[in-house]
Amino acid sequence: MSVSVAKELDRDQALLEAVRRIADEVAAPNADDVDRQARFPVETIDALREERALSAYLPVQLGGGGVSFEAIAGSCYELGRRCGSSAMVFAMHQIQAITIARHLDGSPWYREYLERLASEQRLIASVTSEVGTGGDMGRSIAAVVPAEDGSGSCTFEKQAPTVSYGNHADDLFVTLRRGPEAEQSDQVVALVHADQTKLEQTGTWDPLGMRGTCSPGFVVKAMFGPDQVLAAPFGKVMAESMVPVTHILWSQLWLGIATDAFDRARAFVRAAAKRTPGETPPTALRLSHLMSELSLLRAEVGSALAEFVEASEEPGRERLSTMSSALRFNNLKIAASEQAPRVCQGALGVCGIVGFKNDTPFSVGRHLRDTMSACLMIANERIHQTNASLLLIAKDV
Amino acid sequence: MTDEIRKIIEEHGRLQGDVSALAPDADLYQAGLSSHASVNVMLALEDHFDIEFPDRMLTPSVFESIASIEAAVSELRSDAVPS
Repeated sequence: MSVSVAKELDRDQALLEAVRRIADEVAAPNADDVDRQARFPVETIDALREERALSAYLPVQLGGGGVSFEAIAGSCYELGRRCGSSAMVFAMHQIQAITIARHLDGSPWYREYLERLASEQRLIASVTSEVGTGGDMGRSIAAVVPAEDGSGSCTFEKQAPTVSYGNHADDLFVTLRRGPEAEQSDQVVALVHADQTKLEQTGTWDPLGMRGTCSPGFVVKAMFGPDQVLAAPFGKVMAESMVPVTHILWSQLWLGIATDAFDRARAFVRAAAKRTPGETPPTALRLSHLMSELSLLRAEVGSALAEFVEASEEPGRERLSTMSSALRFNNLKIAASEQAPRVCQGALGVCGIVGFKNDTPFSVGRHLRDTMSACLMIANERIHQTNASLLLIAKDV
Repeated sequence: MTDEIRKIIEEHGRLQGDVSALAPDADLYQAGLSSHASVNVMLALEDHFDIEFPDRMLTPSVFESIASIEAAVSELRSDAVPS
């Protein structure tokens, strides 16, 4: 084993230990309150900042933690086991940070920005969905527009139906049309600071699950420098990083939530078994069925992670731009988002009324509600439409 | 072949502007080619030239311009000719 690989393993282990501790000691005791109040999990995110987890993936030369992608995925899973909302905030931030780090292309502005992210532990939110595009991420209406004052600055105004933790982010990663005359499919991404941005909240936030992500709608207006537009081609950024990383990190945290629901069901069955020594409680059989459902989810999530890491290490990362790769990670999203709530519902079936109640050690209501958001975040039907079209031409799927 | 490709893009690419005015190396995505429309262009190219794009060619870079499409189609057709 080379010295650099050994160092990375050490760093991975240190991050995972810190995240596990934060999940147990900070996220878990606050999870019910975050859920009930639909409030931002500020304690968990602050604790992650203290451990410098927001910059964990960034290269050491930029002040980051230099951990592997697998360690970030593992962190999403660990947080998901204790508080789905905390895990989702962490995952969404990492999606943006990882995407920027993978497509720096020598940009001095972005390099400096990542150094700032590391030293200030800045939190990035994303503004990708837009009113009027019908959930199609491949189109934008809001455009990068030269500022009227002739200063060379740029502006945009975007109607966003949801911006997760928009009121709590230090920076926003925004998809836009390249310019006022550009086609809707000719997109770029820009990173703007909160102090360059005006957010007007357009709705309330009282959803079924993932309540701590605090994701109401906003009209987002910003004025920013032209070098804040990421230079790398949008299609490449999406295919090589943003889309697969999103689906992988989300799936990891959904797996975490489902695993905790399963653990609660198992604890319930064990408690029943202790009351009737010598007899296998009838719920144990249901738990066995549930385990096979959970293992399907785990296998899909794990293999997608391994394939992504392998393809990312190939020179040029070209495999990630193929249609079969797009189908692969779209399928991960669809499968994991359907399977995670299925496992949580199965756990509810095992625990019965004590699982249905919100205040027992076997409560799984929050798990079920949180994972029910999964099929809506980039709607599965929209992904099926894309897949249906890709399947007309892709051969090796 | 360029004219045939141009005609297919005109019929299936759903571009707003004039396809005949596009330079061979003009970026089709910037010209408004959506990912959905690009699939239809690929299907029409396969049908018209009686070829099949292998998966390694089904990447945005192969379909980013008339010139890159022409290069891909030529490569596949030369493969098909018996030596």
